Amino acid sequence: MSPSSASPAARWDRRHLLSVADLSRDDLVELLTLSERFAEVGRRPIPKVPALRGRTVGTVFVEASTRTRLSFETAARRLSADVLSFTASSSSLTKGESLRDTVRTIEALGVDCVVVRHGCAGVPTQVARWLGDRVAVVNGGDGWHEHPTQALLDVSTLQQALAARAGVPVEEAGVEGFAGLRVAIVGDVGHSRVARSLVGLLAVLGAKVTLVAPGSLLPASLEGWPLAGVSHDLDAVLGDLDVCYLLRLQTERGAGRFLPSLREYRECFGLSAKRAARLGPDAVVLHPGPMVRGVEIAEEVCEDPRCLVLQQVETGVAVRMAVLYQLLTPGESEEVNRG
Amino acid sequence: MAPEASASAGRGRFVPRVQVLSAADVERALTRMAHEIVERNRGVEGVVLLGLQGGGVPLAERLGALLAEVRDGGRVPVGTVDVALYRDDIGLRPVQPEAATTVPVDLDGAVVVLVDDVLFTGRTVRAALAALGDLGRPKAVQLAVLVDRGHRELPIRPDFVGKNLPTRRDEEVQAGLDGVVIGEVEPA
Repeated sequence: MSPSSASPAARWDRRHLLSVADLSRDDLVELLTLSERFAEVGRRPIPKVPALRGRTVGTVFVEASTRTRLSFETAARRLSADVLSFTASSSSLTKGESLRDTVRTIEALGVDCVVVRHGCAGVPTQVARWLGDRVAVVNGGDGWHEHPTQALLDVSTLQQALAARAGVPVEEAGVEGFAGLRVAIVGDVGHSRVARSLVGLLAVLGAKVTLVAPGSLLPASLEGWPLAGVSHDLDAVLGDLDVCYLLRLQTERGAGRFLPSLREYRECFGLSAKRAARLGPDAVVLHPGPMVRGVEIAEEVCEDPRCLVLQQVETGVAVRMAVLYQLLTPGESEEVNRG
Repeated sequence: MAPEASASAGRGRFVPRVQVLSAADVERALTRMAHEIVERNRGVEGVVLLGLQGGGVPLAERLGALLAEVRDGGRVPVGTVDVALYRDDIGLRPVQPEAATTVPVDLDGAVVVLVDDVLFTGRTVRAALAALGDLGRPKAVQLAVLVDRGHRELPIRPDFVGKNLPTRRDEEVQAGLDGVVIGEVEPA
């Protein structure tokens, strides 16, 4: 499971979003532009448009998550779509129903799109195979594999930060600023679907990504990963970074077993106030959340203006609106009724 | 919607046939419309011009400048509305929200003049009215269009018209500050 190094020549077919490898550079730019439009909708007095009225978006989250599910549901509601929410704890999956039957039930209820989160890699792809063209499937995070909308919102947040740094509106900034951008992804890369998706997207945009982690938290093989480098020493790379992307230790996936102690991890790889002071004034700190204060990020750094975690959450809604809009509105030109 | 926008949606190539108004004609028409707006509203107090993305935007800006001349420099706020997300044909054709909605002032109690290039079926204006409903509660909404080409599908009529232009349904009209042209669209 290595992130795609180059974007495919083919354009996104807009049937499902399962992996960042589905997106070409042009698709990515289009999604970012669309997200910016939807961010503006979110700032209106009534942050809601009727674009997806009468459509239904289902969320099937078989693995614990609140922010991603709430973000997708908020996005769907802002587009006036109806929302059906299935979670593992409250659904029949705990009564022994197979995922396939759950999916069939959801399809029979008449959803147009399902967002699938599952602890096992590849489940959204399997669900998409079952549903074919009838229902759009979005990967809401599958195991260690991918989390495409998280990577999209990270890139969108970075685009906003780059535009602010250049003092221009986001629309004019484009994605040129990503070329040569120095990004470090720090922490539990091995268990991180976020890292896999983000490395793929950043490579498409020409950023230089360095992974910073203890050897035990890196994937067994980095073959095919489009990286500028790998380091085991955060202090060595800190001085020349534009972006410091922190990952949470996925203790639920056993990350603790790969470390002598949490305290040692914090000493070596946590972003302390002292380390944050060595980051440039224009550098930014991102974290996909949920943050564990006092482990990968120090209390004071969370409140630093260079820490864009809340902006990431806000941007997440706009990005997911863009994804839902692209999946649920036609892409090919037909009869036009102007006027 | 702007002619450029529809062309980019892959509907084929616009083939111009007759130039109906020159750039100077458009300027005269807009000047008259500016005077009509002042006359109708007994001044420009509380008036806000909102250009519909994309063809209405340059027209709204020009109208705003002309209103300022008519009123000795009294500025009229000019904004833009993108109605793409309010269209009733989103499910029927590709609709890309391609440009921003910027509303410079509070619309509650304002007199909003919607500005567009071509009035045709009226569906864009219907969408704009729906969008306005989410942006505020204007005292009144008026409609200014450079060209009214007929073929309305909804009970909508313009308040200020640059030129009434009878057309066939299958014709295409391009209207902007540089003139008004009738033509056809060659299928791609």
